[in-house]
Amino acid sequence: MDLKKIAFDRRLDVLEMVYSKKSGHIGGSMSCMDILTSLYYSVMDIQKIKDHDEDRDRFILSKGHCSEALYTVLADCGFFDKAELETYTRFGTKLAEHPTKGINGIEIATGALGHGLSAAVGMAISLKNRGSAAHVYVLMGDGEQAEGSVWEATMAAAKFGLDNLTMIIDRNRLQISGGTEDVMPLDNLAEKYGAFGCHVVTCNGHDYGELIPALKEGKSKQPTVVIADTIKGYGSSVMENKADWHHNIPTAEEYEQIKADLTKKGMEVS
Amino acid sequence: MAKVSCRKAFTAKLLELARENEKIYAVATDSRGSVTIGKFAEEFPKRFIECGIAEQNAVGVASGLAKDGNNVFVTGPACFLAARAFEQVKVDVAYNKTNVKIIGVSSGVSYGPLGGTHTSLHDYASMRALANMLVLAPSDNVQTEYLTEYLANTDHPTYMRMGRGDVEGVYEPGESFEVGKAKQVCDGMDITIIACGEMVIVAKKAAELLKEQGISARVLDMFTVKPLDEESVIKAAKETKGIITLEEHSIYGGLGEAVTHVVSEYAPAKVKILGFPDEEIKIGNSKELFGHYGLTPENVAAVAGKLLQ
Repeated sequence: MDLKKIAFDRRLDVLEMVYSKKSGHIGGSMSCMDILTSLYYSVMDIQKIKDHDEDRDRFILSKGHCSEALYTVLADCGFFDKAELETYTRFGTKLAEHPTKGINGIEIATGALGHGLSAAVGMAISLKNRGSAAHVYVLMGDGEQAEGSVWEATMAAAKFGLDNLTMIIDRNRLQISGGTEDVMPLDNLAEKYGAFGCHVVTCNGHDYGELIPALKEGKSKQPTVVIADTIKGYGSSVMENKADWHHNIPTAEEYEQIKADLTKKGMEVS
Repeated sequence: MAKVSCRKAFTAKLLELARENEKIYAVATDSRGSVTIGKFAEEFPKRFIECGIAEQNAVGVASGLAKDGNNVFVTGPACFLAARAFEQVKVDVAYNKTNVKIIGVSSGVSYGPLGGTHTSLHDYASMRALANMLVLAPSDNVQTEYLTEYLANTDHPTYMRMGRGDVEGVYEPGESFEVGKAKQVCDGMDITIIACGEMVIVAKKAAELLKEQGISARVLDMFTVKPLDEESVIKAAKETKGIITLEEHSIYGGLGEAVTHVVSEYAPAKVKILGFPDEEIKIGNSKELFGHYGLTPENVAAVAGKLLQ
């Protein structure tokens, strides 16, 4: 199936979860969905991940608030039963609003921003030391870039020459309080990461023709940073490029409109 | 007995263990001198991860190393690891239950002359409050070696803190311990002194002073600050006429409050908590500060006398 169609289907799953459970971070989940789809349906060998093979690729969702996006992908890929999505955020569930441990496919629980990259650096060092060919991918939000620990970890990634590490930034330019450049200016992110010693690739985060090659790109003895330009709330004019949709819950009317928009776009690409 | 610092006992033991176990990693924060871990760095450069002055990243990196099956010791001054990196300890170590050992050195008021930025008088309180954390405070080099070996053979998230200076030995080499169980240093039936870390030797000396006065003091080395050996505390509360707790920590949230919690719930008894008061601590070396705040054998003995009146 076409990856773009898969991503629209997963966005519909996210919509159902968020609308039915009245929880979640729908805007960022929509913006990062093509990145997750690229990784899980194309770039990574997910059978190894399912088997918990010691040479499996690792994925860490550092922007843990978009857990519902990852859960829908993991469920669809068969990491756990899709019925489990029904328990999302309910009492006693494994599926919290941030990825928790104990879920097949979740390498490390995240949710406090600025933590995922450090853990990824530790994993990449260990993999390299034992000669594993596995690769570590970590997905961060752009608002998350204001966390100082991100830059501590970036320095370390460059110091240790981690060419088995790819840092992806979901550059949707919006965070909970508004535009990233108003809350805490980040530009020019590519120059910043370059100055920190990383190999930087910028791409359209909704175009698989750009995204997949970027995720596969690498440079010897340097970590790679993929800055994926995305649209927050991608897929429906109700949400697109609106900061409120960081964690808005759709009304019944909005739900119907978003569902119609995502369904239509999914049909257009299939 | 020889005076050896716990940090040096720890690094010597860790080096020995790392020679046998290639899963042992050490993570540092520009702290190889203060921790005395330079030999490990020379002998195992690939397993010595220098993160620079970046404690948050150091703990996060340790969690990632641990997630790939390693046993990781993050080493650095307790004041920074237990404060600057606390969220990483909470999330990446305790919540994720990773095989990471946070080793805080030069703890308490070891860095007293450096001022309040460098004290760690809050760490028992903060670490105790995290589910999944084991909290250890060895009293001398013999116990430090035992605990280091224990940590090399368990995957439990842990915080272990120790001081900077040489400490008088409490135990003879070869002494045995059990994590989670208090070690009785002196037997006694009049009063109990429960101490941890480098305050145990002070408690032992206080018991000697009390003995001269005809008072028999039981001394319990509560090197496992969490989980607390409740049974020994209850026994002491029932068998002796009062309990004094002694720690190089704030009187809030540490060993004293942990003991009081158990006593008030299961065996009400008189308890006096000795530690650092809830105020800005004066500048001075450990000895001067212990003297000023009453953490001396003489004061402990005097407090015991009053408690028994």
